[in-house]
Amino acid sequence: MPQVTLTVNGKKHTVEVEPRTLLVELLREKLRLTGTHVGCDTSQCGACVVHINGDSVKSCTTLAVMCEGAEVTTIEGLASPDGTLHPMQEAFREYHALQCGFCTPGMVMSAIDLVRKNPQGLSEEEIRHGLEGNLCRCTGYHNIVKAIAAAQEVMHGRRKELARAAE
Amino acid sequence: MYEFAYHKPSSVADAVKLLSADPEARPVAGGHTLLPALKHRLARPTALVDLSGIAELRGIRREGDKVVVGALARHAEVASSDVVKGAIPALARLAGTIGDVQVRNRGTIGGSVANNDPAADYPAAVLGLGATVVTDRRRIAADDFFTGMFTTALEPGEILVAIEFPVPEKAGYAKMKNPASRYVMTGAFVSRGPQGVRVAINGAGPCVFRQAEMEKALAANWSPDAVANIRQSPDGLNSDIHGSAEYRAHLVTVMAKRAVADAG
Repeated sequence: MPQVTLTVNGKKHTVEVEPRTLLVELLREKLRLTGTHVGCDTSQCGACVVHINGDSVKSCTTLAVMCEGAEVTTIEGLASPDGTLHPMQEAFREYHALQCGFCTPGMVMSAIDLVRKNPQGLSEEEIRHGLEGNLCRCTGYHNIVKAIAAAQEVMHGRRKELARAAE
Repeated sequence: MYEFAYHKPSSVADAVKLLSADPEARPVAGGHTLLPALKHRLARPTALVDLSGIAELRGIRREGDKVVVGALARHAEVASSDVVKGAIPALARLAGTIGDVQVRNRGTIGGSVANNDPAADYPAAVLGLGATVVTDRRRIAADDFFTGMFTTALEPGEILVAIEFPVPEKAGYAKMKNPASRYVMTGAFVSRGPQGVRVAINGAGPCVFRQAEMEKALAANWSPDAVANIRQSPDGLNSDIHGSAEYRAHLVTVMAKRAVADAG
């Protein structure tokens, strides 16, 4: 069986995989990182989004063997070792940007990629378009968009602390 | 997915050798069309030949009056390329509207063009700009490349290496997306330049095609009004649960008008 060596959340792994193994299967079943979800399994819903070398991708539509040498970041790799949440995670909590939570890991990973690649700042409309590859069936997106708008201010250093959600 | 073997060659020559030795092997680049097909068990290749490690297939560069885009260029790279944005902004805009962010981070121009999905975006740009498809063994004019639904002039084992786009004076693209899948219902890519005036229609028929009557009208008068009264015949256009052939024929005129307006 082929081997693939990749770095996941800063830790190097060498894993034997069948060529048909998907990246999300490697993450969930071999490495037991079950924060990355499988929703539609047809590259539409975005619940499986992780970062490969800094780009958000759908791990249900990526072969594990094609990730040789890649740097992969999953939702488990965002918080600091002391448990301090990433500003995007903190914003999702503050703005109540989730209900059932199933889409949340993918939403957070997509949102971070979107914000990082747009240091000039994103308008509400741009955030909405940037989330085209992520489906949420509970929130109606409003609070997700608010959370991302608030998180980008912290991520780009324009604010030290997250703006609190209005009561 | 059925089982398959996996190869990762580091040169075009090695990839061609692997594909020629096994007619049931398939090339893979971004995999965003192939993997969903494999999951549905619509294809059963014996092996996948991963092209992603081949340096010759990479890069976007200006060569005189052409922009050369390597087959492995991802949609996101084309959309954000300063070379493409400077020379053919309509092509960069088109790339930025394919699928969603994550699809654009994996899907490649070579894969999209070689697959020739009737509802894909890139074939409209390739035909609408009169581009040349460069393979491991020859150069194919866009007019000869797209031969039918999901079929092209590529021979078994032939690998698409790059696409050469002549830089136009003006070019524009407009499409009506299926609101659920975001695939093209009908789109139009128009250009005026070294290849004359070209109008390529995608999404409407089984294969991207040129609209000769609109080309003639735009050659005489480059304005949205010039195509506003030209009616596309619905004969041979796609009819499915998303829209009838008559609806798509109507959209051809609307999208062509918008594409000319987009080109300015």
